[in-house]
Amino acid sequence: MTPMEAEAGGCAGLSRSRLLRRAASAALPGAGLPAIEAGMPAPAGTGLTRRAFVSRAAGVAMAVYGAGKLGVGAFEEGIAAAAERPAQPVLVSVFLEGGVDSLSVLAPTGDPRYARLRPNLALSPDDGFAFGEDPGLRWHPSAAGLRVLHDEGKVSVFPAIGYSGANQSHFTSRHFWEVGATDPGGRLGWLGRYLDRHGAPDNPLQGLSLGYDLAPALAAGSVPTAAVSKPDDFDFWTPGVWGRMEEPTLKAIGGLGLGADTSDPGLAQARSAAVATGRLRDQMAPFQDGYSTPTGVSYPTGSDFPERLAALAAMLAAGLPLRCVSIDAAGGYDTHSGQEGSLPRNLKLTCDSLLAFQRDLEARGLAGRVLAHVWSEFGRRPAENGSGTDHGAGGCSFLIGTAARGTMVGEFPGLAVLDGRDNLRSTSDFRGLYRGLLEQWFGVDAGPIIPSAASFAPPQLLKP
Amino acid sequence: MPPAPQPPGSTPAPQPPGSTPAPSGAFGVREAERLLWRAGFGPSPGHAEALAAMGLDAAVTSLTRPSGAPTLTGAAPTVDDAPLEPRDAWGHDHLWFLDRMVRTDQPLIERMALIWHDWFATSTDGASQAHLLDQNELLRRNSLGSFETMASEVTTDPAMILWLNAGENRRGRINENYSRELMELFTLGPDRGAYSETDVRELARALTGWRHDWSSERGDHNFRFDPARHDAGAKTIFGQTGNFGWQDALRLCLGNPAHASFFVAKLWGYFIPAPPSESDRRALESIYVGSGLQIRPVVEAILKHPQLYAGPRMVKPPAVFLAGLLRNRRRAVDTDAWTWASRLAGQQLFRPPSVAGWDDERWLDTSTLRGRWVMVSVLMDDQTIPSDQMKAYDALETPEQAVRRARDFWGDPAMTPEGVAALTTFAATCLPAAMANWEQPYYRGLRQNALRHLLATSPDLQTS
Repeated sequence: MTPMEAEAGGCAGLSRSRLLRRAASAALPGAGLPAIEAGMPAPAGTGLTRRAFVSRAAGVAMAVYGAGKLGVGAFEEGIAAAAERPAQPVLVSVFLEGGVDSLSVLAPTGDPRYARLRPNLALSPDDGFAFGEDPGLRWHPSAAGLRVLHDEGKVSVFPAIGYSGANQSHFTSRHFWEVGATDPGGRLGWLGRYLDRHGAPDNPLQGLSLGYDLAPALAAGSVPTAAVSKPDDFDFWTPGVWGRMEEPTLKAIGGLGLGADTSDPGLAQARSAAVATGRLRDQMAPFQDGYSTPTGVSYPTGSDFPERLAALAAMLAAGLPLRCVSIDAAGGYDTHSGQEGSLPRNLKLTCDSLLAFQRDLEARGLAGRVLAHVWSEFGRRPAENGSGTDHGAGGCSFLIGTAARGTMVGEFPGLAVLDGRDNLRSTSDFRGLYRGLLEQWFGVDAGPIIPSAASFAPPQLLKP
Repeated sequence: MPPAPQPPGSTPAPQPPGSTPAPSGAFGVREAERLLWRAGFGPSPGHAEALAAMGLDAAVTSLTRPSGAPTLTGAAPTVDDAPLEPRDAWGHDHLWFLDRMVRTDQPLIERMALIWHDWFATSTDGASQAHLLDQNELLRRNSLGSFETMASEVTTDPAMILWLNAGENRRGRINENYSRELMELFTLGPDRGAYSETDVRELARALTGWRHDWSSERGDHNFRFDPARHDAGAKTIFGQTGNFGWQDALRLCLGNPAHASFFVAKLWGYFIPAPPSESDRRALESIYVGSGLQIRPVVEAILKHPQLYAGPRMVKPPAVFLAGLLRNRRRAVDTDAWTWASRLAGQQLFRPPSVAGWDDERWLDTSTLRGRWVMVSVLMDDQTIPSDQMKAYDALETPEQAVRRARDFWGDPAMTPEGVAALTTFAATCLPAAMANWEQPYYRGLRQNALRHLLATSPDLQTS
């Protein structure tokens, strides 16, 4: 390849160096971008008010695009539209991929069978932390973040959640949780179906996957949703295009998707992705130079998960119209081997990040309208396989937030009687949890969204 | 991975010795172009015309039965002007495979290697790059040969042994990981009634015995079967009882009545987006079983099927999209930007999201489409009309001429009327309302750069 001209405008070079820097930070664990923007400290303890953030965001945008360019951008429209409506409740779905070992997160150290089933992996009865609601269970030391919030009454614990006839395929069981039904052929996510009925036709941010691709739980049939790795990572580099040509070019990204309706599914996917990308670019423009975190709030570093949570809190504080958010927790939990090495590390990073997120929301005055639901596709087999554990059935789930009732849902079933495949029985059903979230948190009828909703009694999820 | 095959009928019909429908309709340049996208990485200049002149049968045969060893044409891949270090340097494994896709004269072989990489999805998350590259050669070597040989070599492949913990599956300490995925993802498919949870455990016992050594100098090495670690006792798998070993395990899986239908439907899904009809599926099964589980005749039948040419468009996987851009522009793999851009687009090679591979139904969303934009940005960075040539650009160029030139820049790819109309609208409206004389050619040059970028990332070019 012959290296050609080197003078295609300063913008391209600058954009390229930014892209390279971001890619490097994403590629190298431990080299995340700084979250705090220089010169813009947040008011101590209170975080930024919506108004302060908006005006600051406009300043940033003007610095990037030049005075007068912002005009009536979609971001202002989004803010304006969101500000006109009462603040919407937000659900953050946090997925622990691989099937987290619930018998390590909340270890049944009070059951003598536990040490026999787990000769190498059992948590010692004097390790970790007491679990106030059941003296037979102990928090893993790495789950300290959850334990702190549980002691404050902000975590509802599902110690054995699942469904009857547990499927032990990662992909099938996860799919059941994602579509909200034990239906292998389901095509839409349960949150996607909620947004189809109660969302907006033109706001991709209402269903946001913080990651490299769309979370299946958010797959909607008729309304747009979005996936973005990080909000400060959504600029578009246009080599050879600058000056007064740049903004029309970027505006055209979405315009190219506005063809006639097509019955061709592949083309339809490509067109709707183009439309949603164009709109999301408008909404994200003010974040391209970063965001700030309130003083005193400290996230773990070196991982996408805490960085995405910090960004999420900033987006909520800016008044962006988010409703359902999906994000993968740190690390993987399919611990067939070497469980003692990977589980404590990943669990600690995840729980510490969730604690920081809650503190961030509290500092910004947003904690009352955000709930985080932590889940995994199944638990793991009570009997270890040596250095790890194989796929099981009943697992754990957590509902975190100031509004959460903060008590156990379903008891721990004990290890004396396992299911027909030697797995933990479940004492609550994920569809009951979903029904409760739809009815109590979003205030909508679960009937049209969760198949056979009436047959799953919803637990009381919120504080009275 | 493509959509999972649906459950076969409850009473399997006897297999008629049928064949798939005879090709119908013309096989012109547009059909050849689609064939090259589905069975390769799109046309390099002149290739579609050459295939169209051959006719369908000869065109398919030229892809499925190439003569001799592949030739790689063009400059060898580099990063910072140095040769790749694919076995060691981060991302160079991706570049190595990408380069083969770009420069080979046997594109179907590389496309099949990509398909098998998705089918037997293995990640550097669990094995070294060197092991993954060795596996890649295994997949390429067997890409159109015997699936039985392929499955046997994959089962004893170090990368797979490491990835699915086969080395930790031994007598008395059963690790189910490989056993489950062998049936669920590689040979039989989930939720079709092909196997039970008991079969998962019993098959795992049959697969015991693999081990390897580790040293700080050599890493994981000396992979071998150790009879002392093998569970030699009787197992009952799919209702048959015997002292089965790993070869028996494979024989039982490939002889399971559900295997052939799984195999042909899954393979079909890589080439044609809508599932095969019942009669087509049975005809393909007949070809597959009749050939002694050979891959090539099944691929040939699929590539000649009328539905490939008359059916709906298919979203190009990101690796295919990128390799196609590079083939089209005869651009060498000369930067590691392709690795991180591919990651943004949702397909970093040798880093599939899980053992289930990539989700072929959801390639495009707001995050991954931006990744494709970045791919085009990196490519265009040295292919735009440079600023010092802008003043000599055609000052009288009409919007229609501008779109025509942008289409020709990319070799006149197939486009929908709506796609052409949207680009033309952009070209007609993007110029500044008031321009000085010197700006007339200048902004038309910028417009041409913008059109090339927008066209390459447009919905039409994401599909084939």
